[in-house]
Amino acid sequence: MIDKSLNWIDDRLGVAKGGRTFLDKIFPDHWSFMLGEIALYSFVILLGTGVFLTLYFVPSGHEIVYHGSYVPLRGQRVSEAYASTVGLSFDVRSGLLMRQAHHWAADIFLGAIAVHMARVFFTGAFRKPREFNWIVGTLMLILGIVNGFLGYSLPDDLVSGTGIRIAFSIIESIPVVGSYLGFFLFGGNYPGSGIIIPRFFTIHVLIVPAIIVGLLAAHLGLLVKQKHTQFPGKGKTEHNVVGSPMFPTFMAKTTGFLFVSAAVIFLLGGFAQINPIWQFGQYEPYQISYAVQPDWYMGWLDGALRIMPSWEWVGWGHTIPLEVFLPAVIFPGLIFNILIVWPFIESVWTKDTEYHNLLDRPRDRPKRTGAGAAMLTLLFAVFFASSTDVMANFFQLPLIDVLWFFRFFVPIAPIVAYFITVKICQEMAEAEGIGKRKRANVVERSTVGEYTTTETPVRPGDEHEELEAVPVPTFIDTSDPELATAAGVRRVIR
Amino acid sequence: MSGKTTGNGGPPATLDDPHLLPSAKNPKRMEALAALAMLIGIAGFAAFIVVYWINASNYWEAATLGIGMLGLGVGVIAWGKYLMPQGPFVEERHDFHSTDDERASFNAAITGRGGLEVTRRKTLLGIFALGGGIMTLALLIPGVRSLGPKPAKSEDTYGTTDNSLFTTNWKKGAKLVTVGGREVQYDDLVVGGVLTVFPQGFEGSSPDQVILIRLAQLGPNQQIQTMQPPGKPEWTAGGYVAYSKLCTHLGCPVGLYQEKTQQLVCPCHQSIFNVNAGAIPQFGPAPRPLPMLPITIDATGQIRANGSFDQAVGPGFWERP
Repeated sequence: MIDKSLNWIDDRLGVAKGGRTFLDKIFPDHWSFMLGEIALYSFVILLGTGVFLTLYFVPSGHEIVYHGSYVPLRGQRVSEAYASTVGLSFDVRSGLLMRQAHHWAADIFLGAIAVHMARVFFTGAFRKPREFNWIVGTLMLILGIVNGFLGYSLPDDLVSGTGIRIAFSIIESIPVVGSYLGFFLFGGNYPGSGIIIPRFFTIHVLIVPAIIVGLLAAHLGLLVKQKHTQFPGKGKTEHNVVGSPMFPTFMAKTTGFLFVSAAVIFLLGGFAQINPIWQFGQYEPYQISYAVQPDWYMGWLDGALRIMPSWEWVGWGHTIPLEVFLPAVIFPGLIFNILIVWPFIESVWTKDTEYHNLLDRPRDRPKRTGAGAAMLTLLFAVFFASSTDVMANFFQLPLIDVLWFFRFFVPIAPIVAYFITVKICQEMAEAEGIGKRKRANVVERSTVGEYTTTETPVRPGDEHEELEAVPVPTFIDTSDPELATAAGVRRVIR
Repeated sequence: MSGKTTGNGGPPATLDDPHLLPSAKNPKRMEALAALAMLIGIAGFAAFIVVYWINASNYWEAATLGIGMLGLGVGVIAWGKYLMPQGPFVEERHDFHSTDDERASFNAAITGRGGLEVTRRKTLLGIFALGGGIMTLALLIPGVRSLGPKPAKSEDTYGTTDNSLFTTNWKKGAKLVTVGGREVQYDDLVVGGVLTVFPQGFEGSSPDQVILIRLAQLGPNQQIQTMQPPGKPEWTAGGYVAYSKLCTHLGCPVGLYQEKTQQLVCPCHQSIFNVNAGAIPQFGPAPRPLPMLPITIDATGQIRANGSFDQAVGPGFWERP
């Protein structure tokens, strides 16, 4: 039956040859390779829950009188966007679950991308031939941040409305074309002609997701074509991939992982309240709330804005608000551009034009690891600077002192982090016995209370350095029943 | 890729290998556990349908859905991890770059045919490129220009608050009203009181928002003589002072007034303005004082604007002189 239908398909599409190769694709077994999967699966959840939300959300700034089931809001004039989001939360069954799961999935999506990217960076997985995939991934990160901001802005509540106001002012700060860009995007001076929510909606649900889906296809396609990188170790060389096959082992594990990721997101969506817009209220441009924070992935930009000194440039009849343009336009632009060109910077610096399929251990590349640590320190430092007011309250310190601390901490900390990291890497590389497979010791206590230590027996591979390649079996052979059974139980404690 | 290779790194483990995991020694037990996890998952999904049916809270929905997905996921992961063929298996990499011959032929096709057609008919190519460029421009003009009005170039250009960053709706004589439209009177605020006000007829308008503060208990015709520059004493009235509420940093409403320190604080990025000195920024990223609105109090006690702002309100932009 399967034979017959496969033949029918192959007659028309010719998929058998490539299909076999695909089913045989080997996935290296390492936990850090799951990080990208988390990003992929939270994107799947985003699409699913997002479609549900579009069926009920009304993208309109038009004012109506609220008549839904949330009593404190009844009779008030609110925008249709706000009313429908509150309705989505209280009057649509399962709506609150879907909305909060969507929001959590977005936060997890970007978090997973950030950690996945750090893994790729510190292990050198971006090196030749994978520079394109590094760039594609970075573009998805940028688009993810943009779309997160747009989606967060749609409900037209007090907190997100303030975010839109800030976005308009940031666009305004761009020299020469800023006010034109702002006016074109918003359909006029802020708050615009009520057109911004429908426009953000179209960008959020159509344009950006379509681009992300295209980039995602390229990301996965390149991954299949170029095959996975792998950590050095038993049997692993530059010319092979060692791990589990696509079908059935990896497919089962990854499908299960999709369900588990979804379970975590929906449990968070149900139990961990996020963005309770009915508590914030309808956005009005003259209202504001205290200790308002954006979603976590915007925090670094907010922090940069806070610690920037007030350096406005005025001259020749023009103004350049450097206090906004530098931290909110130039700073992220610089960060993303450094990320995009990093593989090329590194290959020029190291004069390395070889193919690399084996991953680096971070300690073996002190300068790269140091640069990565400096970048992370910088981003975390500005991230924490976005909560200066909360910190000042919490530690009972004057706000001004906290701000001055961050003005020094943000530029200095990354430099310190670089040198400390390089030093740690160098020390680790010189440590004795490094890279050797470790033998376990068995400690026994005798009847008279004496302790003895014996080394465990030598296992296959113990005599080898960790990085030395030892041959491993090459393929599942299902034709030999004995071997096929044995293949199913090849799981030995190492 | 195909072919029978049993491995040259030692034989597959046998069932009496002491290093084998219990799951490998006793696959039946692991199979039962995986089945149990998936059955719990199915029960979770069934419970979700019931929960939806009786319209229970979102906590129950999340709990049942979560158990369902967790059960199914854990079951299939256990199946894959403990019962399916475990590696390590090897797949060879192949060079995916083309051979030198293929590259040469590809190059030849581009340069050869290009040499024939592209360099021979440079004029045609030039005209075509020009056409493509003009088409892009022609499409971009409506694609971009239709999006919104052009911003006014300067204060002198006629503009409304919809198409000019320089304009507000404040005029000499405009009544100060609350967002609800109530007219603001001389004795409405005690010292230390603040109120967000708008020009009558433009309640709730973003660029027009003004924060009215009572700094002193003075008569209707008295001005705050202690107002320091860049503040103007003659722009105050009856102990009241009025500043644009749009932060000069990023346009947030400067909504926090600390009476003790006589400061306005922007909650967005913590710029601090001194209300006794024309709202000059004392700290934070804001580059300029909040523009001051001249006010006066008429015979009936109504507070009115005595003119408009002397500059554009809100954050900086290129056209601002």
